[in-house]
Amino acid sequence: MTISRRGLLGAGAAVGLLSACGSNTGRDDGGSGDGPKLSQWYHQYGEQGTEQAVKKYAAAYKKANVSVQWRPGNYDEQTAAALLTASGPDVFEVNGPSLDQIQGKQVADLTELFDGVKDDFNPAVLAPKTYDGRIWGIPQVVDMQMLYYRKSLLSDAGVRPPQTLDELVDAAKKLTSKRTKGLFLGNDGGAGVLGGMPLYAAGLELVTADGKVGFDDPAAARALGKIHQLYADKSLLLGAPADWSDPSAFVQGLTAMQWSGLWALPTVQKELGDDFGVLPFPKDGAEGKPAVPVGAYAAAVSTRSKHQKAGKDFLKWLWIDSTDRQEDFALGYGFHIPARMSLAKKAEKLRKGAAADAVRYTTDHGRAEPLLWTPASRSAYQDALSRIIKDGASPDEELKKVVRKVSAELDRVK
Amino acid sequence: MWGNQNRTLWFWVFVGPFLLGLGVFTYIPLGWSVYLSFFDAHNTVTPDDFVGFGNYRAMLRNEAFTDSLWTFFVFSLFIVPATYALSLALALMVHRQRRAQAFFRSVFFLPAACSYVVAALIWKMSIFNGVRFGLANTVLGWFGGDQIAWLSTTDPPWYWAVIVTVRLWLQAGFYMVLFLAGLQRISPTLYEAAAVDGARPGWQVFRHITFPQLRATSVAVVLLLVINAFQAFDEFYNLLSDSRGYPPYARPPLVYLYHTALGQGQNLGLGSAGAVLLALIIAVVTVGQAKWFGLGRKEAE
Repeated sequence: MTISRRGLLGAGAAVGLLSACGSNTGRDDGGSGDGPKLSQWYHQYGEQGTEQAVKKYAAAYKKANVSVQWRPGNYDEQTAAALLTASGPDVFEVNGPSLDQIQGKQVADLTELFDGVKDDFNPAVLAPKTYDGRIWGIPQVVDMQMLYYRKSLLSDAGVRPPQTLDELVDAAKKLTSKRTKGLFLGNDGGAGVLGGMPLYAAGLELVTADGKVGFDDPAAARALGKIHQLYADKSLLLGAPADWSDPSAFVQGLTAMQWSGLWALPTVQKELGDDFGVLPFPKDGAEGKPAVPVGAYAAAVSTRSKHQKAGKDFLKWLWIDSTDRQEDFALGYGFHIPARMSLAKKAEKLRKGAAADAVRYTTDHGRAEPLLWTPASRSAYQDALSRIIKDGASPDEELKKVVRKVSAELDRVK
Repeated sequence: MWGNQNRTLWFWVFVGPFLLGLGVFTYIPLGWSVYLSFFDAHNTVTPDDFVGFGNYRAMLRNEAFTDSLWTFFVFSLFIVPATYALSLALALMVHRQRRAQAFFRSVFFLPAACSYVVAALIWKMSIFNGVRFGLANTVLGWFGGDQIAWLSTTDPPWYWAVIVTVRLWLQAGFYMVLFLAGLQRISPTLYEAAAVDGARPGWQVFRHITFPQLRATSVAVVLLLVINAFQAFDEFYNLLSDSRGYPPYARPPLVYLYHTALGQGQNLGLGSAGAVLLALIIAVVTVGQAKWFGLGRKEAE
């Protein structure tokens, strides 16, 4: 490391500027349409063929010359930095947009594009794209996560698929042996991926409908204490070469149960045949409910774009009008549920087996992170969760600190 | 002749681009960062909500930031003496080597050419992954030991072993070269005089001749090591972060500031305040260290 690099890193904010200075905006790598040049950014998907598919969609649009940038690496950070400058994308997918991006007027209002079709979008993923009654991003697909379990390993150990958090803790312990761990929640022990799941399972919320902290309740500490129990029992797989989003640990037999996404289903099916099942995160306590997290990358228009109107027209064509392309994008390369309910209902691949269970869980138990759950709140909560799980810190005390921080953050953004 | 007449012109031709680069890529961003630190700058680099020292107060009260300084302290405590001792030992070994000295020098220096990112990923995914087929766990298995989740457990904090060894491997060769240069500058007459005085080769000569003669090199090495420890980012980030964030332990200041300012939060005001505070801390520590070592003091004093 050199002094100049220290200067740059130390300068914090400057890096955003610099990355923007040096970035290739993709405006010149050739689309095929006439009209204004639009650059469209996607994060790198794991499924093969997705990149070619989105380039094909862009090439099929004739009213603008759309060039696609397929961006590996920390996509969320890249787009956040690029939106500060004029050299960012015109249209882009975003894991959000975040409340700060909306309040900072970085993304355009897309409400008018939803005329006549708004009710067809899955409300669980449309709600977090809606602020002040306006819609700021078009959900592209619905992604969800669930618990995969290996049927044969459970029956060998005399364990039934867990329906409560206590049963999950018990099952994970019984399924742990010298060679196989009971459960894989990610290499961080679940602090990152679980998010609000244990709280939802205990019948609580991250943020209430009236904008207050939704987990200032003893049930929260009780549920989080049980996640620590999994760690203390040494039932959790930790340090796997591939993290929770990849089903490798599960199909290689390193763990009997794994938390992962619907996108992993084709791989698991291919490797294990029928020897697996899926479950929502199990409920905890009398007031608890099973839960699965749902989320969606949204297509958005940058307000710094010189061609906002053309960008909106393109997004309307792709993510509102072209239902065949939306279905292809959701189901042609990996497993995602189409964001349009009419498409999800008629999708053949989602009608049987574990995929059908996943769709049912999404409908019955799907929970999306609310827009008011800002990155600062998420990061404070994740830190606390990590300390509770791994350090055995007191859930009560950790949650008290988080409640204070989240309350302050809610006051800031409301 | 015409070159002499245009010396000013040539000066600017050669130096100008570098000065321009320095200004554009270092000083303007630095100045801008200081400016941002006095504003509420969420998702903007041109803020208008002046908050005075609010961001500084918030950062100093922020447990995560103070914890990150503690992480730096612990990291320095491990890495500075370990690198110092290892690079000095390697230098002494190579220096005494009569045959194939250049070969050994190159072999030990080679890791310095390796990327921190690549090395961190090899350490994380091959050597110190937490499953039974990781190299370290395989070796433990031979002796009947249990698998260790090296990067995922905090009690005991095995992650320090991974973090320290990767940096040690990467940087020991570079500092070895500095020590080698220092060793070559020691006059042979000193060793001859020591031999005449009856000093035994080995520890006695090292303690009374070699080590004191390496004082200037040692001071430079320790200063560089401490500054480099402050700058720790690449290996920590690649060893411990995932798509969902970074655990609260072993989070050095630059990683914390990166997440604050450039992560999804995009709190550029708070991040800049942290960067300014960190720069001040580095300056104070470096100056303090230099004074303590007597760097720049005249011999006669």
